[in-house]
Amino acid sequence: MIRRIVDFFGDAGYARQRRRLFYLVLVVIVVADFVVPREHAEHLWDRLPGWSAVYGFGSCVLIIFVSKFLGHQGGLMRREDYYD
Amino acid sequence: MIDFVHPALLFILGAVPIPFLTGSIRKVYLVLIPALAIVAVVTMEPGSYGAARFIGQEVLFAKVDKLSIVFATVFTIMALIGMVYALHLPRAGQHVAAFVYVGSALGVVFAGDYLTLYLFWEGMAFASAYLVFAQESERAIRAAFRYLMVHVTGGVALLGGIVLHGLAAGSLLFGPIAGGAVAGTMDAGGYLILTGFLLNAAVPPLNAWLTDAYPEATVTGAVFMSAFTTKTAVYVLARAFPGTELLVWLGAAMALYGVIYAVLENDCRRLLAYHIVSQVGYMVAGIGIGTEMAVNGATSHAFAHILYKALLFMGAGAVIEVTGRRKLTELGGLYKTMPLTVALYMVGAFAISAFPFFSGFVTKSMVIAAAGQDHRALVVLALTMASSGTFLHTGLKLPYYMFFGHDRKLEAREPPRNMLVAMGMAAALCIAIGVVPGPLYALLPYPVAFEPYTGAHVTESLGLLMFTALGFILFLKALDPENTISIDTDWFYRKGARAFLWLSEKPLARCEKAVSDVSDSVALPLLHGAARAGLRVDLNGVDGAVNGLARAIRDGGGALRRLQTGVVTHYALAMIAGVIAAIAVFAVVWQ
Repeated sequence: MIRRIVDFFGDAGYARQRRRLFYLVLVVIVVADFVVPREHAEHLWDRLPGWSAVYGFGSCVLIIFVSKFLGHQGGLMRREDYYD
Repeated sequence: MIDFVHPALLFILGAVPIPFLTGSIRKVYLVLIPALAIVAVVTMEPGSYGAARFIGQEVLFAKVDKLSIVFATVFTIMALIGMVYALHLPRAGQHVAAFVYVGSALGVVFAGDYLTLYLFWEGMAFASAYLVFAQESERAIRAAFRYLMVHVTGGVALLGGIVLHGLAAGSLLFGPIAGGAVAGTMDAGGYLILTGFLLNAAVPPLNAWLTDAYPEATVTGAVFMSAFTTKTAVYVLARAFPGTELLVWLGAAMALYGVIYAVLENDCRRLLAYHIVSQVGYMVAGIGIGTEMAVNGATSHAFAHILYKALLFMGAGAVIEVTGRRKLTELGGLYKTMPLTVALYMVGAFAISAFPFFSGFVTKSMVIAAAGQDHRALVVLALTMASSGTFLHTGLKLPYYMFFGHDRKLEAREPPRNMLVAMGMAAALCIAIGVVPGPLYALLPYPVAFEPYTGAHVTESLGLLMFTALGFILFLKALDPENTISIDTDWFYRKGARAFLWLSEKPLARCEKAVSDVSDSVALPLLHGAARAGLRVDLNGVDGAVNGLARAIRDGGGALRRLQTGVVTHYALAMIAGVIAAIAVFAVVWQ
């Protein structure tokens, strides 16, 4: 069973099914976020349905590009023999 | 009935027989001691044990309360899992080091005074360094020396702080440092102790020892290291510095710091090491916030973190064990040959990413909720962003490039069975805590009034994580690992040491040569002349005087000797002459 699940995520043959499942999950999550009750809202964004999806996507993109910028332009990434 | 068995002693004394045991007996023994330690922790009663006086100070070998019991529980469970993972090792050295390491960590957790704490603190540093040395490659040995130097330096700061604090407070008992909660009122001793603790918690800029050394450790050693040093530091911070404002910001910053570096990383275990930095950030921030819920959150997150991080290190270690490769640029396509490892690793990845029904979901969210309750919007946003980064790397990037991605046709198989069993144990706990958080919540130092499974929390978490996955898929190319290393704060002492060596080899050596030239050409002849003059004075002046005196004494002695004739009548005559002289004096003087 485990092998089949792992194969589903690895084999190229399942690529289309994987993609469909993934988009379906995204839609379900966003819809669910609109319908769940929010009786306890500490911050402004706690009242916004779909906020976490936007924030997650934004964070991901920001982390990737800020880090790569620091790595390449900021000089953090060096050749492997830098300390040798 | 013994009401308290110190689990640290079980491990440290228990390490002694290991080299003398072989085969199955050794395996049973290696599992038995951690199991006994778990029993010892579960059955122990809160209280103070082993009070004594040492160099005029009150010391307390063990102080047991709820906070120490939570950490001791997860430490002993982790020791059992780590031992199972390492059972296949043929040599005893690493087992002994691991036992002493775990024992020392438990010693710190139960330490009732700073001297006991310091003793075990240093024990941890040396025992864990062995786990890096044991890898035996030149890189590892260099990294181990750096690791040891940094920890010894931190230990000196800690000891200095303990002495100053002891003098100021008049007691070495381990407890909250006065002024810790109010910034600016802490004395120098308090700050030094805090520095020592922050170094072990790998708080930037004191973090580089961790990401430098852990990936160089042995496959099994890194699993132990991922669990104990930083979490012991979290424990002592929770004990001594709850509510210290500085920690909130350091924690939030380090949560993001680790995530940023993880993007750049190519070494699979170094990437995971950066996520230790990131995850410990949640705990440090929670302790800094200092409310009951925040400290509960930090403590429970440490508990969950030890298990899922060990699981991730075990997964990456399994890959290194069977392929001999550690760089993401050289890995890929292993899911066909290592499906069980993939599945078990992913349990750890879901747990660290805080997916519902995995352990991180019920612990990490407690810290974030506590920050929200304390009206710290920026901290909430920073920690939430770091959660996205955590899933991006440990849940997506690392497994994608290690197990899936480009198939490099590596020869691989599942790791030895004991490694899989250990991973299974950790995975089971990651899921159990996520599904039934009650038992963990019951262990926490304060009563828990937090419900992780609300509809909004579940959908928000899933939204954050799955849209992170969307970002990963869309920008996959940008994340391709590159054959580089990243400069961290270890740059200062790695390049600094080189600069120091250059300084001592070039300018200082030249200066030393110039000084010795001057001494050869000027000072030495001068000294020789002075010595010769001294010799002359000695021979002619001092020796002459001494000889003259001796001669005078000898001559005087000769004259006196002639008076001693040995004839009784001479002596009688002399006595009569003396008596007459005395009478004459008496007659003249006292008349």
